[in-house]
Amino acid sequence: MKVRAQFAFVFNLDKCIGCHTCSVTCKNVWTNRKGVEYVWFNNVESKPGIGYPKQWENQEIWRGGWELKDGRLQLKSGSKLDRLLNIFANPDMPEIDDYYEPFTFDYARLQNAPLSEAAPTARPVSQITGEKMDKVTWGPNWEDDLAGEFEKRARDSNMKSLEKEIYKQFANTFHMYLPRICNHCINPACVAACPSGSLYKREEDGIVLVDQDKCRGWRMCISSCPYKKVFYNWESGKAEKCIGCYPRVESGMPTVCSESCVGRIRYNGIMLYDADRIEELASTKNEQDLYQAQLDIFLDPNDPKVQEQARRDGVPEDWIEAAKKSPIWKMAVDWKIAFPMHPEFRTLPMVWYVPPLSPVQSAIDQGRLPTEADGCIPKAEALRLPVKYLANLLTAGQEAPIVAALNRMIAMRSYMRSVHVEGTPDLAVLQAAGISEEIAKEMYRYMAIANYEDRFVVPTGHQEVTLEDFYGHQGQNGFTFGNDSSPGISPNSLFPERRKETVEPRDPAPAADGH
Amino acid sequence: MDLHQIVFGVYPYLCLGTFVLGSWIRFDHEQYTWKSDSSQLLSKTGMRALSNLFHIGVIAIFFGHFVGLLTPHSVFLALGVSDMAHQGIAILAGGIFGSMALVGGVGLWLRRLFNKRVRAASRWMDINILGWIVLTLIMGLSTLPVSIGHAEHGDPTVMLRLAEWVQSVVSLQPNPELLRGVDTVFKLHIFLGMSVFLFFPFTRLVHIWSAPLGYLFRAYQIVRARRTA
Repeated sequence: MKVRAQFAFVFNLDKCIGCHTCSVTCKNVWTNRKGVEYVWFNNVESKPGIGYPKQWENQEIWRGGWELKDGRLQLKSGSKLDRLLNIFANPDMPEIDDYYEPFTFDYARLQNAPLSEAAPTARPVSQITGEKMDKVTWGPNWEDDLAGEFEKRARDSNMKSLEKEIYKQFANTFHMYLPRICNHCINPACVAACPSGSLYKREEDGIVLVDQDKCRGWRMCISSCPYKKVFYNWESGKAEKCIGCYPRVESGMPTVCSESCVGRIRYNGIMLYDADRIEELASTKNEQDLYQAQLDIFLDPNDPKVQEQARRDGVPEDWIEAAKKSPIWKMAVDWKIAFPMHPEFRTLPMVWYVPPLSPVQSAIDQGRLPTEADGCIPKAEALRLPVKYLANLLTAGQEAPIVAALNRMIAMRSYMRSVHVEGTPDLAVLQAAGISEEIAKEMYRYMAIANYEDRFVVPTGHQEVTLEDFYGHQGQNGFTFGNDSSPGISPNSLFPERRKETVEPRDPAPAADGH
Repeated sequence: MDLHQIVFGVYPYLCLGTFVLGSWIRFDHEQYTWKSDSSQLLSKTGMRALSNLFHIGVIAIFFGHFVGLLTPHSVFLALGVSDMAHQGIAILAGGIFGSMALVGGVGLWLRRLFNKRVRAASRWMDINILGWIVLTLIMGLSTLPVSIGHAEHGDPTVMLRLAEWVQSVVSLQPNPELLRGVDTVFKLHIFLGMSVFLFFPFTRLVHIWSAPLGYLFRAYQIVRARRTA
């Protein structure tokens, strides 16, 4: 057992209203620069839909993620040699039009146009060529709220094994939002695909980053990430991706997308996992067992043996405490209402999703939906959103865990309804869903109220532990000459380097109790 | 010292010195700019054929020149490679790979000039260095008729003198006189080729230094601890 801590997320899709506040705050903070105009570290898709970039889930096109080859884990894009042989032109690389041609508008025209009968128009301008565009034909959220023809949206690969003809009917239409960021996977395909070794996972919190100095622009990460969440900055020629807002996280703050979420759907917390079992569990034979496999890699932070090993492996005490209070642990492991997205990609993603219930009140009022005994809350299988669709998205097609999760959420609602409307708690629904009254109350607190301190349990980073020479960077960030915040990667320099090392002794102070 | 001596006795060192020192300084101080600068995201059409033709051609030519020109004459003879065989291989391989590189290079250059998106994202030096390499390739291929003429007359002297000159430069005993009287097309090709080394550190060519062969031997996953220990 080797214990590592992972900064992880849960997104509660049941409460996502598709307002894109997360996307906009993220965009304004991280990608409002030349070369990444088309890049959304965080985006929100309308599902069913082909998403951003187009058809990102279809690995027959992009060959992203992992597959089992003769029982061994291999990137879907082939062996290491295969990738080097394709390095001059990556055959699986998306093109800018697969995302969209970034555009702005000729706003000045609105003010400078000569007086005329018709109102002046601000024509779209390509942010790459600077030329006027006749027409914007695709954008970051082109399918917003089911825009466009069903036939096109139905190419969504989660629609496979569904009767498309049925859901084409207006009366059977279903819709959900899917906010997406980098999954900061435990078995990241982007890291494995990088020929120059510039992508890495941070030991202390599991955030996956691109070393901008070391990236050479070989582009293998772009196609190998099955979530298409590594992007090519066409200006700098480097790969860029969601950085998990690490400067905020190190200071104990949630990511900016999570903090700004008006629906309070995002949860940030710590998960402990067994780094010795990554390859074994990611190689699970049956795709549908990968959800369980990922549950198995997590370690119980309340288990004294795990805590002991965590300490030995250098996980700080307050991180172990945070792991015990992790909202991620509660939702993913305790309550089993959150699921990894597309576990069949075998990257062990660490953004988990609570599946959405569907708004069905009017259908219930008309008596057209089978309900639970209370006559108000619908049965999970009868919801507008086909369980199969959710299962294709979250459990590689296995429906039972999704139904169980929806039932727990419904039972919690039914129970709370009985408390507030009937005045007598109805415990029968909870029993049927297999949860206790305490859990129902806690679920209500975490999911309906969603207090800030329940949603975000983010321990501060320990620079005194993670940095070898923690005095060395003192007073240097913010006002520096050269790369002072980075130790650099080349030990031999042509020119004299600044002496950064400090002379202060760095032995840990003895603990108060003498140990 | 006449122009000939400057170009073939001094200029090589200017080029090599800039190549080595320039690369080193850029790597030390501006590693963020050290990249292949791919434009594949902006336009994929034709990239697979053109880029592969160009890269494979150029790499083969580079190693062909490297082995063919730097291997001492005595070693070739000891290995049983006669001068005429050497010349035959050089003409054949140079012709094939040179043509590959030229087709790819011209295609990529036209793409860079006339594809609106790629052009907009191109820096001055991106267009120039590719054009320069294409010019060097054209000159290199233009030496073929002359070399074939030599081969038909069973005369390897020009080839041997070229190799001897390269070896004289590398061994720090430059002898520009070896190139006097050699056909102009060779001299032009050599000048253009040397200049590629001169421009090298100021272009995207630096990515050649970073050919990621180490990837084959490393573990898939990389976990970085910030402690250096």
